[in-house]
Amino acid sequence: MIKKEVCKIISQKEIASDIYELTVEAEFVSEIKTPGQFVHIRVGNGWDLLLRRPISISSFDKTLNQFTMIYRKEGKGTSCLAEMVPGMELDILGPLGNGFPVEEAEIGDTALLVGGGIGVPPLYELSKQLRAKGVKVVHVLGFQTESAVFYEQEFGETGVTYVATVDGSYGTKGFVTDVIDSRDLSFDCIYSCGPTPMLRALEQRYAGKKMFLSLEERMGCGIGACFACVCKQADDPSGVSYKKVCSDGPVFRAGEVLI
Amino acid sequence: MSMLNIELPGLSLKNPIMPASGCFGFGREYSQFYDLSMLGAIMIKATTVEPRFGNPTPRVAETTAGMLNAIGLQNPGLEKVISEELPWLAQYDVPIIANVAGSLEEDYVTVAKRISQAPNVHALELNISCPNVKEGGMAFGTIPEVARVLTRRVKEVSAVPVYVKLSPNVTNIVEMAKAIEAGGADGITMINTLVGMRLDLKTGKPILANRTGGLSGPAIKPVALRMIYEVSQAVDLPVIGMGGISSAEDVIEFFYAGASAVAVGTANFVDPFVCPTIIEQLPALIAQLGFDHISECTGRSWKQHGQLAYHRA
Repeated sequence: MIKKEVCKIISQKEIASDIYELTVEAEFVSEIKTPGQFVHIRVGNGWDLLLRRPISISSFDKTLNQFTMIYRKEGKGTSCLAEMVPGMELDILGPLGNGFPVEEAEIGDTALLVGGGIGVPPLYELSKQLRAKGVKVVHVLGFQTESAVFYEQEFGETGVTYVATVDGSYGTKGFVTDVIDSRDLSFDCIYSCGPTPMLRALEQRYAGKKMFLSLEERMGCGIGACFACVCKQADDPSGVSYKKVCSDGPVFRAGEVLI
Repeated sequence: MSMLNIELPGLSLKNPIMPASGCFGFGREYSQFYDLSMLGAIMIKATTVEPRFGNPTPRVAETTAGMLNAIGLQNPGLEKVISEELPWLAQYDVPIIANVAGSLEEDYVTVAKRISQAPNVHALELNISCPNVKEGGMAFGTIPEVARVLTRRVKEVSAVPVYVKLSPNVTNIVEMAKAIEAGGADGITMINTLVGMRLDLKTGKPILANRTGGLSGPAIKPVALRMIYEVSQAVDLPVIGMGGISSAEDVIEFFYAGASAVAVGTANFVDPFVCPTIIEQLPALIAQLGFDHISECTGRSWKQHGQLAYHRA
């Protein structure tokens, strides 16, 4: 069930250049069902920054009633959010959407987790849950440059982790697909979150593989009422069939919607 | 005794607060937060004859104290609204105002005739003011004679009172209001969104795929108030006011301007509980301002002392 709650900030720190890790306490942590769900945050109490900001949950702890988000300080909203300190409160709507299906990977399978930039965070909770289930996880994480790299060590604790940077300042130079090729990685299924061109490339290259992609789109309400974040269904590309990224997604099986 | 009940053509409202069309879908999403029977009415999402997908994304962009949208009247079409959405809403004790849209006059007539016969539809809201569709929509709402004729045609076939939703994107909104009054409208809803634009700092191009979109939210409240102030004095029709309402204080301001009821739109996205919160807060605010009933606030900005409230239940 979705709750609207005033949540206390437990911690906030900059873990890479303009990348912040924010942990809050919320009753609704008990309602989180899958890794890859998100929350909708109201920044400030006024109406200048009108809309809520959708941010994915990167990990959660049901015993402590806490969850963690990782976001990039980019526009006015996230800049305001980055100013906040422990003890302050945030109005948060959550948990929202449908996350990654852990049950789709069998015990003993190898799951490839591919993240791009600020799409990396939701894969962290997924990785921990897959590992706990007995699935072998391999991570390929892509970033712009060395200063933007985060969570390499954390991911390393659950499985082999490869990093690519576009400018080659760290790890493999190039994109996540370059790593998959050069390392000749084999896997049973893919879970991915990141920029649309990256998701599109994965969907084309590994058509036929079991694959789950987390999409991003500008949102209004975050609960399915405003029809801002719709995408077309792949089986009806020129028709009126649609899925809402916020409430039907953000995670879809590859081939379900047009990306 | 209630301080909030309002009688309007076709509508017995337990309170004058309703979610605005396009900001509430068909109610399903918000029903997980509160009992929809608490609402005065529900203005459902615009319905067209055929299902519509709407515009490409991005469809929304934030602005200072507001947002732009260019959804493009996405809806499941008349048949599905009648066979699925309206029967689902019938479980709640709340009158439905069906927003009717189209590309051609015939489309409006077809939708109005059918949807007005649904048992829980108590009024129609004629959408001649959507700025985000290529044909129809706002085109019907910017030429007085076209609006008058369309209103007349819809009135002829509708089984329930017809309210016409006015566009603020006109030079003279009073002229538009008079035209739809001459066409036989039972009421006015106003205002729809203002056409606006935002550009991406890096690419220099519009953020919205549709290039332009409708501006809503607190930023447009002063424009809505001014237009309601002008229109409510010029015509003898009740006005359901909307445009940036987010608090009980805003509601009173709209009543002062001349509204007899109000709709809350964009604020639902920010706070899904905004409608029940306003309904809960209104009685104390009304009492604090020295009124016995909210209807006493209608038109206070222009009424002479001693004039009676317009729509006292």
